Amino acid sequence: MTAKTLYDKIWDAHLVSTDEDGTCLLYIDRHLVHEVTSPQAFEGLRNANRAVRAPEKTIAVPDHNVPTTLDRLKGVENEESRIQLDALEKNALDFGVHYYPVDDIRQGIVHIVGPEQGWTLPGMTVVCGDSHTATHGAFGALAHGIGTSEVEHVLATQTLIQAKSKNMKVEITGKLKPGVTAKDITMHVIGQTGTAGGTGHVIEYCGEAIRALSMEGRMTVCNMAIEGGARAGLIAPDQKTFDYVMGRPHAPKGAAWEAALSYWKTLFSDEDAVFDKVLTIKAEDIEPSVTWGTSPEDVLPISATVPFASAFEGGKVEAAQRALDYMGLTPGMKLTDIKIDTVFIGSCTNGRIEDLRAVAEVVKGKKIKDGMRAMVVPGSGLVRAQAEEEGIAGILQDAGFEWRLAGCSMCLAMNPDQLQPGERCAATSNRNFEGRQGRGGRTHLVSPAMAAAAALTGHLTDIRDL
Amino acid sequence: MEKFTKVTGVAAPMPLINIDTDMIIPKLFLKTIKRSGLGKNLFDEMRYDDAGEEIPDFVLNKPAYRNAEIIVAGDNFGCGSSREHAPWALLDFGIRVVISTSFADIFYSNCFKNGILPIILAQEDVDKLMDDAGRGANAILSVDLENQKITGPDGGEVSFEVDAFKKHCLLNGLDDIGLTMQKSDAIAAFEARNAAAMPWV
Ligand code: SF4
Repeated sequence: MTAKTLYDKIWDAHLVSTDEDGTCLLYIDRHLVHEVTSPQAFEGLRNANRAVRAPEKTIAVPDHNVPTTLDRLKGVENEESRIQLDALEKNALDFGVHYYPVDDIRQGIVHIVGPEQGWTLPGMTVVCGDSHTATHGAFGALAHGIGTSEVEHVLATQTLIQAKSKNMKVEITGKLKPGVTAKDITMHVIGQTGTAGGTGHVIEYCGEAIRALSMEGRMTVCNMAIEGGARAGLIAPDQKTFDYVMGRPHAPKGAAWEAALSYWKTLFSDEDAVFDKVLTIKAEDIEPSVTWGTSPEDVLPISATVPFASAFEGGKVEAAQRALDYMGLTPGMKLTDIKIDTVFIGSCTNGRIEDLRAVAEVVKGKKIKDGMRAMVVPGSGLVRAQAEEEGIAGILQDAGFEWRLAGCSMCLAMNPDQLQPGERCAATSNRNFEGRQGRGGRTHLVSPAMAAAAALTGHLTDIRDL
Repeated sequence: MEKFTKVTGVAAPMPLINIDTDMIIPKLFLKTIKRSGLGKNLFDEMRYDDAGEEIPDFVLNKPAYRNAEIIVAGDNFGCGSSREHAPWALLDFGIRVVISTSFADIFYSNCFKNGILPIILAQEDVDKLMDDAGRGANAILSVDLENQKITGPDGGEVSFEVDAFKKHCLLNGLDDIGLTMQKSDAIAAFEARNAAAMPWV
């Protein structure tokens, strides 16, 4: 038998059929749906008189558009957002899929809700009309984003027409230094490979530093596989994975658990499996990282200075100049001299309990800088509740953070949480594109601890200096 | 997807070249939850003035062409952004055929996915049909996909080429979903196997 990678194994286990021309039909185990990319897909089903093939494998959660202020149950002011939210509710009810409405404590960002509720399990195929579906790869599930016509295709057939990607291995050897987190790993990797480095590949992250991460940390790493251009990110499941999954509402129980477990333990890349591309990074070479520009690949260690556009090559020279202008930065200045006026803690990258704990640890007993706008948006209602129980919410509020309800919020600024033109934000989210957090807004991507540090000092700060 | 066999209807002449998807359906109308309902904003900026009143000179506002099912267009129809809203808007208005000397790639394939037949013809054939279309409701064109023929009002015929597989899909109303549904036995077999092997999924 030929040696297989983890990706090969999951792929083969989901192959329904292969056509002569090589097109494959892949079975989909879990389909996550949110309000923005699904309405036309459901409408398509209605127009063609089709049903959802496997409603019990489909989960709908509103997240992109929902307000995160405490008064949100009074209704959504923006009409277009409201229409999309109402449509999701109607579609979920009409087609009989699992649904977590805005007033349900389990509501949250779809990529946080899936794992939390035990929908995401090792070895599964998971899709969603959203590129950060890669998050679920942390469980050893093949998970990726799809377009609206594919959403409809999955709803109707529970399959996707796919061509197989290549295999890429990213190994992080050794141990992380203090102050360095999962977010820094994933940003560092993108800094190394560029945003197209993983194009056409599924990345498997492995190595001692990855093994040492919690499930939350692994989700952070896989979440940004897409920023590196990869179709998906994967981490082989291990005891930590099984411990996380056990007892979740939709995880298997009893005999089914035992059967599942013995299957899950076969989910790893065989020793002599061949990868098309390999990248090895020493954990000790990774510093707390920050983006200076408008592409997730514009990553530097916090100890560095803002680069000169002339330091780049080819088309990147112009792009870098444009990024410097947009970000309002002077080449040569220290990254730690960049003033920050807004801090956003949240998103499917860093909106989990471990992230909030990291922030609380930094700001405990302290106050955020005068005039700083700092916002914590938990990734789900359950994360919020747990943080309240652990006393984290109190610590954050005492320090001056706003304590919000769950949703995507300022990660993409589709709800009212937006930056004003020129405002500069240290954000724990995953994209720093022009206008991503609001027209003219400037985003620096950082880890939760680094965002917390910036909230205290009012400028980008090396967490190790605090 | 609705089957496409034969369409007999009024053809509207739009000799302008490079009609892009922004002209077909402006960005403003993309924040919708629907694929349907876009027909009223088809060619919005050419069709309505600033006050929202119809511009009488625009071809689809003229009485003869209000029910047009065919458009005869200038070169490079459907260029610009890849939005699937463009064919959605055409279809919602009632257009089933677009005839031109050339189309933008993505638009061309999006048409087939949505039950619209884009036909590429030589310049002289397009010119001839453009003339026919100019005669308004008196000039009915008939497009027969099975036999790959367009019949003009005077009985003249023009034949056209179309990819055999795309033709098969249109004739049978098969979109990707329809095609995959033809494999539903294989999907059901997979589900049965999987339910036995991995009951927890
Ligand atoms: S939190 Fe941001 S990246 Fe994640 S699903 Fe929401 S909008 Fe997308």
